Amino acid sequence: MSKLVEIKNLHVEATTDAGRRIEIIKGVNIDIAKGEIVALIGESGSGKTTIALTLMGYTRPGCRIAGGALLVDGKDMAGLSERERAKVRGTEVAYVPQSAAAAFNPSQTIMDQVIEVTRIHGLMTPDKARERAIELFKALSLPSPETIGERYPHQVSGGQLQRLAAAMALIGGPKLVIFDEPTTALDVTTQIDVLKAFKSVMKAGGIAGVYVSHDLAVVAQIADRIVVLKGGEVQEEGTTEAILSTPSHPYTQELLSAFEPKETQFAGKRTDKARPLLEIENVIAGYGPIQADGLPFMKAVNSVSLSVEKGRNLGIIGESGCGKSTLARCIAGILPASAGNIIFDGKELDHDARRRSREALREMQIVFQYADTALNPAKPIEDILGRPLSFYHGLKGKARDARVDELLDMVRLPKALRYRHPSELSGGQKQRINFARALAANPKLIICDEITSALDTVVAAAIIELLKELQRELDLSYIFISHDLSVVEAICDEIMVMYRGEKVEHLTREDVKSPTHPYSKLLFSSVPKLDPTWLDTLVLEPELVRQYGGA
Amino acid sequence: MMQSAPSTSAAPGIFGYTFSLVGILAFAVILFWAVVALFAPQIAPYPIGKIVDMDYFGPMSSKLWLGSDYLGRDMLSRIIFGARYTLGIALAGVLIASSSGVILGMAAAVVGGWFDTALSRFMDAMISIPSKLFGLVVVAAVGSSLPSLILTLAFIYTPGSYRFARALAVNVNTMDFITVARIRGENTLYLAISEILPNIIRPVLADFGIRFVFIVLLLSGLSFLGLGVQPPLADWGALVHENIQGLSFGSAAVIAPSIAIASLTISVNLLIDNLPRKIRDRSA
Repeated sequence: MSKLVEIKNLHVEATTDAGRRIEIIKGVNIDIAKGEIVALIGESGSGKTTIALTLMGYTRPGCRIAGGALLVDGKDMAGLSERERAKVRGTEVAYVPQSAAAAFNPSQTIMDQVIEVTRIHGLMTPDKARERAIELFKALSLPSPETIGERYPHQVSGGQLQRLAAAMALIGGPKLVIFDEPTTALDVTTQIDVLKAFKSVMKAGGIAGVYVSHDLAVVAQIADRIVVLKGGEVQEEGTTEAILSTPSHPYTQELLSAFEPKETQFAGKRTDKARPLLEIENVIAGYGPIQADGLPFMKAVNSVSLSVEKGRNLGIIGESGCGKSTLARCIAGILPASAGNIIFDGKELDHDARRRSREALREMQIVFQYADTALNPAKPIEDILGRPLSFYHGLKGKARDARVDELLDMVRLPKALRYRHPSELSGGQKQRINFARALAANPKLIICDEITSALDTVVAAAIIELLKELQRELDLSYIFISHDLSVVEAICDEIMVMYRGEKVEHLTREDVKSPTHPYSKLLFSSVPKLDPTWLDTLVLEPELVRQYGGA
Repeated sequence: MMQSAPSTSAAPGIFGYTFSLVGILAFAVILFWAVVALFAPQIAPYPIGKIVDMDYFGPMSSKLWLGSDYLGRDMLSRIIFGARYTLGIALAGVLIASSSGVILGMAAAVVGGWFDTALSRFMDAMISIPSKLFGLVVVAAVGSSLPSLILTLAFIYTPGSYRFARALAVNVNTMDFITVARIRGENTLYLAISEILPNIIRPVLADFGIRFVFIVLLLSGLSFLGLGVQPPLADWGALVHENIQGLSFGSAAVIAPSIAIASLTISVNLLIDNLPRKIRDRSA
């Protein structure tokens, strides 16, 4: 096969705010044949997006290509002038961004934006371009392809918008398409449709692709070859089958092993006598004006009941918008429930956190998804961890310092981090601090709201391991909210499936493999597996997809 | 990323901060005027009201460095004493205006609800009153004294500071760490001072500086209209006003206080735009 792309000894430099130069890509060599899809995989900061962007001759502000050659169809993208690069972009190399919602202009119709590429490059007449766009919409199996272009971006779903972004990239007839984590922000049920659409279009057109992702299972479905990156260097390169079956580099092995959660001994069978730590009965919560019956206009959580026993974990799973986070906020009292009872440790709690006792607040802690916004950026770590210590336990001075050290130790972070600010920590470190702050209160129950979804697979697996260890040491219970079944399975004794604000099924560890509710079936079967043939052989009941499918 | 390429340029940092040359110069000018204001009686060659020159609008000489004013008083001494009033009144005014504005703004953001609505509408009403006109009314009503002047200036500039601080605080207030603090059971004061203020302090300081300049200019304007500091004392604006006839003589008595006003206001703005920046690049 002839080579379409040759990256030879690529070096990219970034300048820090102290004026120091850092090499972020250190001599990378990658070849891509015509019609081949190569996946770049690695944790955040490994340089995968930086490499993908250099294929368009682009570097992010503050970075520059310091050396090497980037041959795309014989042209060196690093050496071209900006004007020449602009000619190549959209016609020979195209880009599909991570967040299509942010990439579309909300004030123009989708069709205008999709055919904009042909207008800029003068490729075809607008009428011709519209025909071509509709063909692409069909090929990407978008619903009502004839008319979907008339809509505005907010009038289509996230999965559809991601496919429309692909249509925008493909309309110029590129030889190479760069996908930058295009399905990371999507639900599993939606992700399947998008992946299938991408795969069929790419194969049909014989288009080469670069697929950037940190999710090995997704990559396994679409890529011919995988390049594993870490710290700006290629760690391992090989065909998808080879990487998945016989990974040779330790980092690749680590990535793969993060997929198989380590077996742990779970708490014993439910003992009927034990009083549940938390009981929730028929809770209703939502948004909007209060109606005549005293309930909110939009019910995000509709009459949900659940119970959590001491030392056991409950997982809540469902796609975005199913009300799982609202339920968490409702239990914590951030969003007061409109109806129902919340009984914690034998006592009925007020629906509003402001009217709960300090002791009740201390015993139930919530950890949020985004550690970036959950930690005050203006405060050093020791203040962030120290505040709950002095607030709940009245610790001061040396005692407080010692406890902060202990907490850092508990979440396996070096003590020196206490003087840093959150912006000086990595994503995984921030999430550990976020968790340590909850531990500082000595709680009985911790509500974890999607705490691993913003993290890479390897880092997320490490956090889950940490949670398990701490549970053993401190006799905690967790409510674990996630859209990722494998994460929930790894840590929870019981799993509750939510759909459109209602609890549709309650599963124990034993029957998690055989869900009975149709939505649970669809959800569970949509989780990508490492097997490269999984997507092609996957058969979803069309009736199910029509009823519950996301896109 | 630890084993990165060796650094090519040394970080010009002291205590982990970078300083810009413009910022240092601006700070020097402000420091100069502050020292002048503080030690005015020691520095000034002549008393403020003493007529030392037989001629009015006298030229610059070795005896009178900046010439004399319309009554033959030493211009340099008057500028040195004027620094006290310009700097002192403006600083007191801006401190009162910015601190009350910021405290009320953060309180409105944290408390929210009817408190926020009522306070915001009241402040909107305040903003709609023209500042110079308001100053005229107050001076006409209670006369011109230093405390009333300071309070008037503070009152005029509080609503703007409130609006600015509230807009910033509302943004910070929606962050998860505020929610975390709330459900920890923290009170409003802690939320405002400890969680929100550190995140808005930089823009608030920038606003403080701009407001300081506005107050210096308004004070100069009021003094120019004869409503500011009363004779024989004079702030810089008053100095320009009382010596305005000297313009046709090309007298230094007009230009010197104008330069003083310009140097102070420009320096304050330059300093705020060039505050020391903390170096975040810790792996160095």
